[in-house]
Amino acid sequence: MRRRTLLIGVLLVFVFVVAAVFAPFLSSYAPDQVDLFHMLSGPSSVHWFGTDELGRDLYTRILFGARTSLEVSVTAVLIGAVSGVTLGLISGYVGGWLDEWVIMRAMDALQAFPFLIFALVLGAVLGGGIVNAEIAIGIGFIPGFVRIARAQVLVQVHSDYVNSAVTVGAHWSRILFRHILPNILAPVIVQISLGLAGGVVAEASLSYLGLGVQPPDPSWGSMLRTAQGYLIIAPWLAIFPGVALALAVLGFNYLGDGLSDALNPKT
Amino acid sequence: MLAFVLRRILLTIPVLLLISIMVFSLLHLIPGDPARVILGQDATPGALLALREQLGLTKPLWEQYFSWLFNVFRGNLGNSLQSGLPVALLIEQRLPVTVELAIGTILLAGLIAIPLGILAAVYRGRIADLAAVFSASIGLSIPPFWLGIMLLLLFTVRVHLFPSSGYVPIWQNVGQNLQSMVLPIVATGVREAAVLLRMMRASLVEVLDAEFVRTARAKGLHGWTIVVRHAVRNALIPVLTQSGLQIAGLLGGLVITETIFSLPGFGSLLVTSIFSRDYTIIQGSALVVALLVVGVNLITDICYGLIDPRIRFSRGA
Repeated sequence: MRRRTLLIGVLLVFVFVVAAVFAPFLSSYAPDQVDLFHMLSGPSSVHWFGTDELGRDLYTRILFGARTSLEVSVTAVLIGAVSGVTLGLISGYVGGWLDEWVIMRAMDALQAFPFLIFALVLGAVLGGGIVNAEIAIGIGFIPGFVRIARAQVLVQVHSDYVNSAVTVGAHWSRILFRHILPNILAPVIVQISLGLAGGVVAEASLSYLGLGVQPPDPSWGSMLRTAQGYLIIAPWLAIFPGVALALAVLGFNYLGDGLSDALNPKT
Repeated sequence: MLAFVLRRILLTIPVLLLISIMVFSLLHLIPGDPARVILGQDATPGALLALREQLGLTKPLWEQYFSWLFNVFRGNLGNSLQSGLPVALLIEQRLPVTVELAIGTILLAGLIAIPLGILAAVYRGRIADLAAVFSASIGLSIPPFWLGIMLLLLFTVRVHLFPSSGYVPIWQNVGQNLQSMVLPIVATGVREAAVLLRMMRASLVEVLDAEFVRTARAKGLHGWTIVVRHAVRNALIPVLTQSGLQIAGLLGGLVITETIFSLPGFGSLLVTSIFSRDYTIIQGSALVVALLVVGVNLITDICYGLIDPRIRFSRGA
């Protein structure tokens, strides 16, 4: 069962990544190609997923929307992982007041803001657009990575290999990044996978509310926002982007769960 | 116990301080001149100066912060830049809708997740467990806002069972209130139920492997008697206390749900103020949300420590 979950996750993520990377080659239409003679057309052999209110091919826009989702979620997770793991390593290794009263309390303060509200507010302040969405979502990811890295460091810091490194006089940065970090990567990798799922949803949520990717750039969230106005006459506008979004999130979730089982020596 | 509670409260103080600094800084994070960003490029110098004075931007930064903090302690979150109404009043008017939505969501999530989680744990590895786990995975993967749109499509467009928007307060008409809240509650509740189901299953699986359960079996107690009388009670404790910590995620989800269903709640106030660049409402809302989350987390931590003595003596994260 566990192996099946991991396989399904890998397959779904693979499809998502291929769609995102090779989008221009997987469709003969451009994502912003307007066709006013075929507005709001249903699915057909010419337009597999139908067309939107400007006659743009929905299948193409979903492919390019995958590209947007992938770019934003990967960048956001990178920001969160690099910053969070670094802070978590330092916090767990140094300990004391820096750990308990500065870093962990700062993470508590950051996590006091619900993830989406934090991204919304930061996006509102910095302005919309893809870069600000990446920054806002990425900062929201930091506390999760800090906690995971810190928890792992607290276990590893008492290991023989760390004691040996300290004994031979290794610099703390070497101990952290050359010795401890490779040994804590497993849960970090799982968190990255789950973070990618969260990033995809967060990007779609921000775009749905009009704060993420701006039109005419395709985004699953902004497509769903538009679709809501055409539910009666063109329900496919809401169905196909939503299914794509759900499958992408399911894939990353299954991948994360599968990796967690595979990399956990206890299971 | 007292030491544990005091320590938890003490650890909250720097968090509250940091939150106040973060929320205060929001206005100053705006690229360029906040007054010009709010009023637009065509604003007159007089209007810009008046707004800067209203927002306190002409004072030194430290004075602005302490003045703002002092007002917050007095319950004054400033006035809306659009309507001029007190932000605290606007939030107070909108919060009951969000609270009703939150309570409905948690209740629905519990009603779905707890029985399914128990079944999944008891019949671990069998069809019931696989179906429950799979359902939870689907529930976690479906974005609440897409589910909301699909529910609108099915139950308001295709079949006119529920209204697509609008809200009737519960004290005005209970039936219409429930009609207007069913779809939003389901839209947000499915994901929360999925989270709770996984927690319930994991917790009960752990309890069912405990020695006291083996003892009860050895004494000849019937399977479901053990589950209901002994295991579930112990498994529910961490689930119920942990679910208090889900409030942050829940509040985030409610923002979009209120927008989809046009509910006049706190979340839609925040979204509207973002697009109207009403930064005083944004600031006030962010502060209220953070304080709510910190407060609930503190109460949850203390309750958890009260119920499980092991928590009091472990070094908290």
